[in-house]
Amino acid sequence: MDAQENQVTPNIIAEHGLTSEEYDKILEILGRAPNLTELGVFSVMWSEHCSYKSSKKWLKTLPTEGPRVICGPGENAGVVDIGDGLAAIFKMESHNHPSFIEPYQGAATGVGGILRDVFTMGARPVANMNALRFGDPRHPRTRHLVAGVVAGIGGYGNCVGVPTVGGETNFHTRYDGNILVNAMTVGIAEADRIFYSAATGAGNPVVYVGSKTGRDGIHGATMASAEFNEDSEEKRPTVQVGDPFTEKLLIEACLELMATGAIVAIQDMGAAGLTSSSFEMASKGGVGVELDLDQVPAREDGMTAYEFLLSESQERMLMVLKPGSEERARAIMEKWELDFAVVGHLTDTGRMVVRHHGEIAADLPIDPLALASPEYDRPWEPVPKQPILAADEVSEIAPPDALKTLMGCPDLASRRWIWEQYDHLIMGDTVQRPGGDAAVVRIQGANGAVTGKALAITTDVTPRYCLADPEEGAKQAVAEAWRNLTAVGAMPLAITDNMNFGNPEKPDIMGQFVGCVNGIRKACEALDFPVVSGNVSLYNETAGIAILPTPAIGAVGLLDRYDGSAGIAVRDDGLSLVLIGGTSGHLGQSLYLRELLNREEGAPPPVDLAAERRNGDLVRRLIAGGKVAACHDLSDGGLLVAAAEMALAGNTGVSIGVPDGVPAHAWLFGEDQARYLIAAGDVEAVLSAAESAGVPAAEIGHSGGDAVAVDGAPVALDDLRRIHESWLPGYMAGS
Amino acid sequence: MRAAVIVFPGSNRERDMRLALGGSFGEDPVMVWHRDTDLPKVDLIVLPGGFSYGDYLRAGAMAAHSPVLREVKARADAGVHVLGVCNGFQILTETGLLPGALMRNADLRFVCRDVHLKVERADTAFTGGFRAGDVLRCPVAHHDGNYFADAGTLDALEGEGRVAVRYCDETGAPTVAANPNGSQRNIAGIYNERLNVLGMMPHPEDAVHPLLGGLGGKPLFDGMAAGIGDAA
Amino acid sequence: MKAKVHVTLKNGVLDPQGKAVGHALEALGFDGVGDVRQGKYIEIDLADTDADGAKARVEDMCQKLLANTVIENYAIEIEA
Repeated sequence: MDAQENQVTPNIIAEHGLTSEEYDKILEILGRAPNLTELGVFSVMWSEHCSYKSSKKWLKTLPTEGPRVICGPGENAGVVDIGDGLAAIFKMESHNHPSFIEPYQGAATGVGGILRDVFTMGARPVANMNALRFGDPRHPRTRHLVAGVVAGIGGYGNCVGVPTVGGETNFHTRYDGNILVNAMTVGIAEADRIFYSAATGAGNPVVYVGSKTGRDGIHGATMASAEFNEDSEEKRPTVQVGDPFTEKLLIEACLELMATGAIVAIQDMGAAGLTSSSFEMASKGGVGVELDLDQVPAREDGMTAYEFLLSESQERMLMVLKPGSEERARAIMEKWELDFAVVGHLTDTGRMVVRHHGEIAADLPIDPLALASPEYDRPWEPVPKQPILAADEVSEIAPPDALKTLMGCPDLASRRWIWEQYDHLIMGDTVQRPGGDAAVVRIQGANGAVTGKALAITTDVTPRYCLADPEEGAKQAVAEAWRNLTAVGAMPLAITDNMNFGNPEKPDIMGQFVGCVNGIRKACEALDFPVVSGNVSLYNETAGIAILPTPAIGAVGLLDRYDGSAGIAVRDDGLSLVLIGGTSGHLGQSLYLRELLNREEGAPPPVDLAAERRNGDLVRRLIAGGKVAACHDLSDGGLLVAAAEMALAGNTGVSIGVPDGVPAHAWLFGEDQARYLIAAGDVEAVLSAAESAGVPAAEIGHSGGDAVAVDGAPVALDDLRRIHESWLPGYMAGS
Repeated sequence: MRAAVIVFPGSNRERDMRLALGGSFGEDPVMVWHRDTDLPKVDLIVLPGGFSYGDYLRAGAMAAHSPVLREVKARADAGVHVLGVCNGFQILTETGLLPGALMRNADLRFVCRDVHLKVERADTAFTGGFRAGDVLRCPVAHHDGNYFADAGTLDALEGEGRVAVRYCDETGAPTVAANPNGSQRNIAGIYNERLNVLGMMPHPEDAVHPLLGGLGGKPLFDGMAAGIGDAA
Repeated sequence: MKAKVHVTLKNGVLDPQGKAVGHALEALGFDGVGDVRQGKYIEIDLADTDADGAKARVEDMCQKLLANTVIENYAIEIEA
């Protein structure tokens, strides 16, 4: 690289997203000016994406430990003990900005990245989920973004052969300029064979496996931390292209190599490529590293050191091997037709030294750089509380009409058009398919063996609640995830959090973030539901408009018997419908209010965590005891929407009677928390169990017929199905 | 009764297939890596589903030129039974063991959902577990399942009883609505002339358990265990 | 030498992708768009020095792998 090209100017510093204070810190650490390559490394390592500089002060307050936690945040993914010598490994991660610019590739590489985070730790990925937020359906770009993101998620996951078993999709105008694509992967590993990223053993070889390095996505990690402006559409060249076929080979090759015991440490070359992976590995292990870029497999000619270090080419891994195992590793990689190269070795110098064409291209001290990683205590303002909206401030609409509107509205309409594009059945372990409260997949043991247990998986957040009250909204997100796992009969184990927010330099946005972290903490503590992994995506703003605060929660639970799970489908006539939990008729921030009355106001429903726990524990016991024919958590849309979804899923009608003394619209459509609707054959058993557990429970109706009827006013299931199923396909077809 | 499952780079439904075969045959199949040309002596060779070579160029095109395929062809010519499912079916058409081609789904989208299939005849070594005209339910999961052949080939397939399964509704009617991918004449699977090679897009291997997709595919595997075992 | 190979669907074979592209062009306001057919374009660098020999080899490649002659046609250009 010639001197001209390597010149660092104030302009270049700003282009790298570094503040002048940060640059002064670099000068202090190095005792000299960095060259361009080094500046690039700093900019990536200190980007919001890699350093969590705005968020870590708060994230540290989250509960991350528990009797089942094997590894909490800080590694590629979280690890939880699921018994029988097995562990579940999972994480959720955002790929928001790339998906907005190029929806297919952005979403596809998002799936690829999260899969790598999980199999890097020794797990075979067994399930994918995703949490998607799009803009107003009427916005001119929305349809194109939905089509591209869904096809990209499917295109990658289907080819890799990991079932995409569920997720959630919302539409709101606040995502018009910044969609959210949060992808989650769950894998299963042997609990005594988990792989970490800490590099140890001076002299040990550092090897590169996977695809070749090209000029893909140079500075994607910096892009992911910058607000969008009008020129963002010009950023297309920095978008990476995914190669799911290579990823599939990489999964098989890595798992095969891991079984040989040759690997000391392993790290996916994620958003910041070779830089962050080598740096993080050395930093965690307290060693130095020397890399020779001439050994790195290159896809293009004439790449500079800067490009090699910052490239975001996908499907690549960095490993530290035990000495002498290089040839065995090479043979396995060659069997899978993957590139393999020894690109360096560990040292005891505490420095990262990078050579290119025989010259030193970068020479950085590891500990000072890692320790100096900026941490900001950004100013924040608490979000003002909203008044609680009384039922008599909300107009009443005839329940059948309201139900029809809600079941066909963008946020409640069937997602079949989406999940039919995902292979949700591959691996043959899918017990509960998409469309229920949580997906359930049978646990695959070592070497693909069949076991008797199952994992339940869900993703949840209600962003409009978080906007109105970040702390209560985030509590609700955690509680709903816990409830969804409970509703299929699973014991909730742990969560991963994907924090999507606007510009943290604005005190009101930072206030949303702080409130949400506080809410997550309180809910996780009360529900014994630790956070084992997570991801933060900030600066989701366009032209000063921030997204709704969206702390997406991905959660995993355990079923001791895969044949003991409950679903939402009511399949038989004559079952009693029992409402579990107390109903006050909270209509503030409800979908009823928004979709029927065009009002987004009031406080969101309060979350009573003690009631959540008590009610959920009862429901789980009832399911385990075989007392439950179908079960559904109550959330968006409230009781009647849940009843209608249960009826449609099992193609069996339901009749419900509104009790005296409660306004019908508040009772039917209020979104009070900690509630479930159960269909049961033996209603007395359910009610008496509830009574002795101190849980409010009431029989509110029964199954039968071919309509959803409220106080005798029916909506035919066929009509409801047509309304519910037709919105999304019709919208995507352009009608 | 021994079966071999051929694994290509990018195959991904081989475990589903292994479990289904093992469940009906009482013996785990041999898993054979595509570069191994010394295929063991088996009664049934299975090409499983997946995205061999990423479906790059055309689904199944590159796997069709894998060394092991020469041996599979030779065995098929010698009368050994061969089953190709999904990507396996695509590979069989690319090798010429089965006629026609599998094109992009008519609506251009990947489709994963349960379909109904009508079993056209029950007198082959594959379908002894059914009665002719039976309707079974099992999933499809593919992007390129739209069966195409020229009219002469289609007429020959029909005339010679070589349509194995057809997309249909619950009653067995081959309606347009029941066709998930635009296949000509609702064709979901076909035989070769000797009836010892079967290719099909749907996944019977994902329908062999009452709680995991139902039992719609189970009679196929049970039928093969009886039918092919007898022949060998 | 370089071979340029165009692979196209045979006439009479329905091309759903081409059809979708045609609809999209119409939706974007392009008038007078007739039938749209989508194909593949493949470039191959060859060590050959004889154009006829190269063409024969690429012909063989098309027959064996690059095209599925059940549904596709191909055309080859050889450049020095």
